[in-house]
Amino acid sequence: MSVPAERPGRRPPPPRPPVRLRDVWHSASFRAIALQVLVIVVVIGTAAFMIDNAMVALATRGISTGFGFLTREAGFPIGEGLIPFSSEDTYLRAYAVAILNTLKVSALAVVLATLIGTLVGIARLSGNWIMARLAAAYVELFRNTPQLLQIVFWYTLLTLLPHPRQAWNPVGDVFLSKRGLVLPWPEAHPAWWWMFAALAGALLLAVWLGRRAARRRRMGATARTTGPWLAALVAGAPVAAWWIAGAPTATGVPAMGGFNIRGGATLSPEFIALLLGLSLYIAAFIAEIVRAGIQSVSRGQIEAARAIGLSRVHLYRRVVLPQALRVMVPPAAAQYVSTIKNSSLGVAIGYPELFNVSNTIITLSGNTIEAIVIMMAVYLTISFAIAALMNWYNHVMRIRER
Amino acid sequence: MTRELESSPPMIELRDVNKWFDDFHVLRDINLTVRRGERVVVCGPSGSGKSTMIRCINRLEVHQEGAIIVDGTELTDDLRRIESVRREIGMVFQSFNLFPHMTVTENLVLGPTLVQGMSLREAEEQAMALLARVRIPEQARKFPGQLSGGQQQRVAIARALMMKPKVMLFDEPTSALDPEMISEVLDTMVELAADGMTMIVVTHEMGFARQVADLMVFMDDGEIIETAAPDAFFANPESERTKLFLSQILSH
Amino acid sequence: MAGAAITRAPVPRRPAPRRKSGPLQWVRLRFFNGAHNVVLTLLIAWALVLIVPDLLAWAVLDAVWTGPGSACRTAGGACWAIVAEKYRLILFGTYPFDEHWRATAAMVIILALAIVSAFERFWSYGLFAAWVVALVAVLTLMFGGVFGLAPVGTHQWGGLPLTLLIFFGTVVGGLPAAVFLALGRRSELPVVKALCVGVIEIVRGVPLITVLFMASLMLPLFMPEGVTIDKLLRAELGMIVFFAAYAAEIVRGGLQAIPYGQAEAANAIGLTYWQRTRRVILPQALRIVIPPLMNDIIRAFKNTTFVSIVGLFDVLGATSAAIQDPEWVLYAPEAYLFIFALYFVFCFSMSKYSESVERKLSTGRNF
Repeated sequence: MSVPAERPGRRPPPPRPPVRLRDVWHSASFRAIALQVLVIVVVIGTAAFMIDNAMVALATRGISTGFGFLTREAGFPIGEGLIPFSSEDTYLRAYAVAILNTLKVSALAVVLATLIGTLVGIARLSGNWIMARLAAAYVELFRNTPQLLQIVFWYTLLTLLPHPRQAWNPVGDVFLSKRGLVLPWPEAHPAWWWMFAALAGALLLAVWLGRRAARRRRMGATARTTGPWLAALVAGAPVAAWWIAGAPTATGVPAMGGFNIRGGATLSPEFIALLLGLSLYIAAFIAEIVRAGIQSVSRGQIEAARAIGLSRVHLYRRVVLPQALRVMVPPAAAQYVSTIKNSSLGVAIGYPELFNVSNTIITLSGNTIEAIVIMMAVYLTISFAIAALMNWYNHVMRIRER
Repeated sequence: MTRELESSPPMIELRDVNKWFDDFHVLRDINLTVRRGERVVVCGPSGSGKSTMIRCINRLEVHQEGAIIVDGTELTDDLRRIESVRREIGMVFQSFNLFPHMTVTENLVLGPTLVQGMSLREAEEQAMALLARVRIPEQARKFPGQLSGGQQQRVAIARALMMKPKVMLFDEPTSALDPEMISEVLDTMVELAADGMTMIVVTHEMGFARQVADLMVFMDDGEIIETAAPDAFFANPESERTKLFLSQILSH
Repeated sequence: MAGAAITRAPVPRRPAPRRKSGPLQWVRLRFFNGAHNVVLTLLIAWALVLIVPDLLAWAVLDAVWTGPGSACRTAGGACWAIVAEKYRLILFGTYPFDEHWRATAAMVIILALAIVSAFERFWSYGLFAAWVVALVAVLTLMFGGVFGLAPVGTHQWGGLPLTLLIFFGTVVGGLPAAVFLALGRRSELPVVKALCVGVIEIVRGVPLITVLFMASLMLPLFMPEGVTIDKLLRAELGMIVFFAAYAAEIVRGGLQAIPYGQAEAANAIGLTYWQRTRRVILPQALRIVIPPLMNDIIRAFKNTTFVSIVGLFDVLGATSAAIQDPEWVLYAPEAYLFIFALYFVFCFSMSKYSESVERKLSTGRNF
């Protein structure tokens, strides 16, 4: 029978002991370190070998290295862009145009895909048999065929459209021809920037106010609902900005003139084909994500809500949707990132997005490595930004447990 | 009841063993000696470090201070020593940890064929013998998922015995079992003890302890509070904490 | 009233009342259940009535199935004749006409092995070895130059054999790479882990086209003067790296799902890291990740079309080249529709197979 006489108290951990050379070989940590050193040597050695080859190759072709080439004159035109560009502008500006083009088509594709995908996803769950089957057919058709093929297909169809002189005129002042889709469009005016800023500001304000109000409601401090007020804020702010900036109404209206259609805004066939190919394809995946998200809410929840007496609207808004959204957002975000990256397929049909323009720059300037580094850096930044956004969203939305 | 044990050097010795998980001091000045053929039962509340202590003995956990000596070999970072110690020690886990994608026989022969270089035929013969010893020879071709919990744990015991260990460590072997299956596993362990195996068992099964143990060790909060022969331990615990623990567990 | 027992004659079973079952009910439930459904059904029916007859007329009734381009111009329907005319180009690319039998044989070998791989009882490391052997055999068939076969350079390979070769090469080459990347990412050695994390995250963060581009156009730059790597091989390496990076994350998920106790039990028996990984951890992990891996595999099949951008003539590339013919260029959509159907058949079958595997594994036998 024994009880230790002295009770040891808690102590901090001891410092690490010195390494004895003799037993080092069989020590688990030595082997680990040796292996890692070997890996580092191999990797750095291979990289050095390859970079050396590249340097030699570039030198023999008389190509300079470094990012100075960005200030040189581009020497090539870019078909379309959100900011003006001519072949006398710098490579740097060319990059800017390309990145804006990428963002433009990706953003629109994401919005379209979400709208279409959500509708199709809900239709998949419909009680109406034809609706459900049609939606399923859509999903299967667009998911099981390559995206590049879809983009090329739409582009081919668009190039088979008639010449602008015999353009289709389905409604009013809208023209569709092999040169693209021409629509009436308000003329550029500073007011539009104010409206955009107002919209963004109002959205942020609405989100902040809405969450504050939700918190206060939960605490029981107030019972006021803020939904309609916030909606009015978001809708009204841009209108107010428009009014303040002078209420411009000048609209460019396309009209047939000579060999071409003048006026209005033109969506090039490259843009339309890429937009269709990106959004319809991703919409099919979004539809599945929406369907899976809604179905992930267990029956028990719905039955409990019905038992309490919640109406259908409340059931969806308060019980199903919040939980379904948590499940839906991460895979949807992955699809959005995929959309942005696949905008690079525009190179196959000539849309001047980042990859396409990057290629041209490489061909003309010869600064292959720098151009590729820039291009990869842009894509990686976008990917990581969205990943970080997703992590923040997951953190904010997590279901708090004990 | 005390048995006469060999007076040879101790099988397992823990001297002033201390372990930290990051900054948390989880084992404090552990001193324990286990002689050949001795059966030690370690008990204590959860979080007391009992599992951590026996997992240090076969290096599944690493201690930072003190010495652990198994059959004369001190456990250090040296890979040869770790391998040689692991060869002498068999371990049975609370969650059995059988390999679900292999049959019972395949589970048993994996160690001897890969580590000891035994021929497959010889290993299978040994496997059948051990399965008979734990009384489930008919399950040889089945998959673990098809067996009951008690049967799975007995297979786990057989798997450990395949390596012909000198010591068997049991980490709460019956805690994950339904009550009606506990006794079949305990019976197997009692038979093993009767055959002279040196055992360290972490368990809450006090009936088993009374029947089989040579030494009771009570741990709480990282230290060994009390060690005693079972009779003295149950009848006359010295420390307050031991008394408290026993009252909680025996009133069950 | 105590002790009174209630006796009743048992209630016999009866068929359901007429109104609650039967074919009329079936239709009513699915199409006309509720006012909004009635409207919806009628709307859809009206839309279908508008579209389907015209579509049918174009695609089938007025379509031209064979003949020269001029025949298509006079008729108003679909010009499937372009497929009849160009199908050899579409399916085989610029592979020499007389040697098409070799390309066909190669496809048969690959598809046969693929079908065998679909059955779970053949899954083992041995099956993987069979794939490697099969791919070598296929490469020999396509290359020629031995056994009296006329040599055919890779620049002439095209069409369906090329697509299948790239696809299976990607999967067979990419899966082991993915396993090593996943194991490396979970390694405790910081250098190995950092390297694997870096490769995985960078490759996953950029578009496939840039990886292909780097492999195809940049790799020659990094090679010493005079060393050239075959263009097809370069593209294949790019595809393998891309596939491996995504598949590695899925395999890693599977590795994480294996309870830690398995590794501990293996350690307690005395197995080394590689013995334990090969015998205990990987078999379990790989089995778990087959359903999500199938998604990646199907995507790899669709991604084979990307090689058309770097100048290889897979099915899409071959078709795009074939329709440049001025006599047929107006009917390019029909040709594309044909390969749409081709891709759809492959991808849809794989997708259905993946669903059946998922079902089988979730009602699995042991774990």
